[in-house]
Amino acid sequence: MTTTVVPAGAAAPAGPGQPEKVPVSAGRRQHRAGTAIGLGTAIIYLSLIVLIPLAAVVWKGAGRGPGFFWDAITTPEAKSTLLLTVGASMLVAVLNLVLGTLIAWVLVRDSFPGKTIVDTLIDLPFALPTIVAGLVLLTLYGPKSPLGINLAYQRSGVVVALLFVTLPFVVRTVQPVLLELDRDMEQAAASLGAGPWLTFRRIILPNLLPAMISGTALAFARAIAEYGSTVLISGNIPFKTQVASVQIVSQIESDNMAGAAAVATVLLVVALVVLLTLDLIQRWGARRG
Amino acid sequence: MAIEVRDVNKNFGKTPVLKDITVDVPSGSLTALLGPSGGGKSTLLRVIAGLENPDTGTVVISGVDATRLSPQRRNVGFVFQHYAAFKHLSVFRNVAFGLEVRKQPKDKIRARVMELLELVHLQDFAERYPGQLSGGQRQRMALARALAVEPQVLLLDEPFGALDAQVRKELRSWLRRLHDEVHVTTVFVTHDQEEAIEVADRIVLLADGKVVQTGSPHEIYDHPANEFVMSFLGPVTRIDGHLVRPHDIEVSLDPSPGATEAIVSRVVRLGFEVRVELTIGEQEAFAQLTRAHADQLGLAPGTAVHVRPAAGAKALPVPA
Repeated sequence: MTTTVVPAGAAAPAGPGQPEKVPVSAGRRQHRAGTAIGLGTAIIYLSLIVLIPLAAVVWKGAGRGPGFFWDAITTPEAKSTLLLTVGASMLVAVLNLVLGTLIAWVLVRDSFPGKTIVDTLIDLPFALPTIVAGLVLLTLYGPKSPLGINLAYQRSGVVVALLFVTLPFVVRTVQPVLLELDRDMEQAAASLGAGPWLTFRRIILPNLLPAMISGTALAFARAIAEYGSTVLISGNIPFKTQVASVQIVSQIESDNMAGAAAVATVLLVVALVVLLTLDLIQRWGARRG
Repeated sequence: MAIEVRDVNKNFGKTPVLKDITVDVPSGSLTALLGPSGGGKSTLLRVIAGLENPDTGTVVISGVDATRLSPQRRNVGFVFQHYAAFKHLSVFRNVAFGLEVRKQPKDKIRARVMELLELVHLQDFAERYPGQLSGGQRQRMALARALAVEPQVLLLDEPFGALDAQVRKELRSWLRRLHDEVHVTTVFVTHDQEEAIEVADRIVLLADGKVVQTGSPHEIYDHPANEFVMSFLGPVTRIDGHLVRPHDIEVSLDPSPGATEAIVSRVVRLGFEVRVELTIGEQEAFAQLTRAHADQLGLAPGTAVHVRPAAGAKALPVPA
């Protein structure tokens, strides 16, 4: 693309024979040059930050051939760790879907003393280093728990840690949509004879669903990749509480880079499949609405 | 009576919005709740629909005390200023909503919805979504949706308020014709006196949370209860201690009995009519004349004229 960028001011005095034509085309060319710069920057940035590292992981994982890759991810330890990670993440995603929506609802629709404080607290898991979160959870729910609840070295401990760090996603995606939701719709439904539950199911829920789904997708993606908050409370017991990210670290420590990359590749594919599926569901919903 | 509102009071916090409102809406009528913004007319409509609860007083719909009934049990159709379209449902499903809630058989719903879409001229848009419709089309859809459940009364809250002037005028006369076809008791809220006069057969004028006057459009226009009603329904000016419509002022060059002397300060030509601005002593007034009449008098700034209310014109005496 030739970049003869003409300043709009310089192109303004058009010849008498062709009124307005010159500034318009100059403007368009400028606009296209602007788009090209924006697009180019975005692609280079995305490639450097996301695509190249991801490709490197896949290349490292698959580098020694499909046989090695398959063996690396089907060792009993890798299988159990992947199943735990994906299973716990799915559970966490579903719990977030329900409870995150509920919290968003309470924050938008109800008023109670201290609401602003609660609203601010929601973001805390984002702000806190996850290892600190892990430490807090271990203190609260560890062997010396002041509450008498010991979840350390158990799968439930992993789930609690994941719930803690993924809390904001659904809340923060649903909240603005709920704020913007046209309350007249609910009153219209009521005047047409719909009770509160029917109005929620037929009117409110379909309008919130896209936001709920994207929040859930983000929470799931975050959960399968979580390391810091789970590493302390889980105790990393193979076949019991070891999650994939921790297993990857221990593989690297025992100098099995290719094995680590293979497990990482599986996580990557799972994340991609889940994100794509949810995106498809959303598109399908958007086409209908 | 289709709707009987008795002694309704309503406060928002400490601000009274409705004060001892008593209104009757006859069956089959098309009634306008008219008044300036903040006068309580929308609140009154929402009280009738059950979307607001009155602090005191009763609302009776078709002979049944509805005061404590929830909106979904009142069987009223409500049309909102901003359409309140169900964005995620097609036009067809929007209109079908009330019938689906009532668990009507599918084929019956289909027939009824198509009949209504034809009534509001949207039969070709059944599969579209509200986002693909213009404002006027959305409001017609909302009207069909409200009519689908065969409501005892149809309530419209500034139904044309969000539309541009052209569409607004079209929908006005369309609503009038629709009402002549469907005959459902209809109450609509408007702050536009022209809209109320053109569409309604009864007007309830509300201001400051009170009913100021009730009557047919021409009763209210010709026999305004007070200064406020007269000036709300159209332009007014003051001459000789009276409130008069500017087109009811006789302007002549020669003195006549009962006329006051005035000086023309400005002549503004507005298409077929001419607005003549006058100075009467210290006071300002204006008169509306036909173009021909103004030309015949040869009015110009500085001309001395004599003005008086025309014979038979409504002139309200006002304290100076």
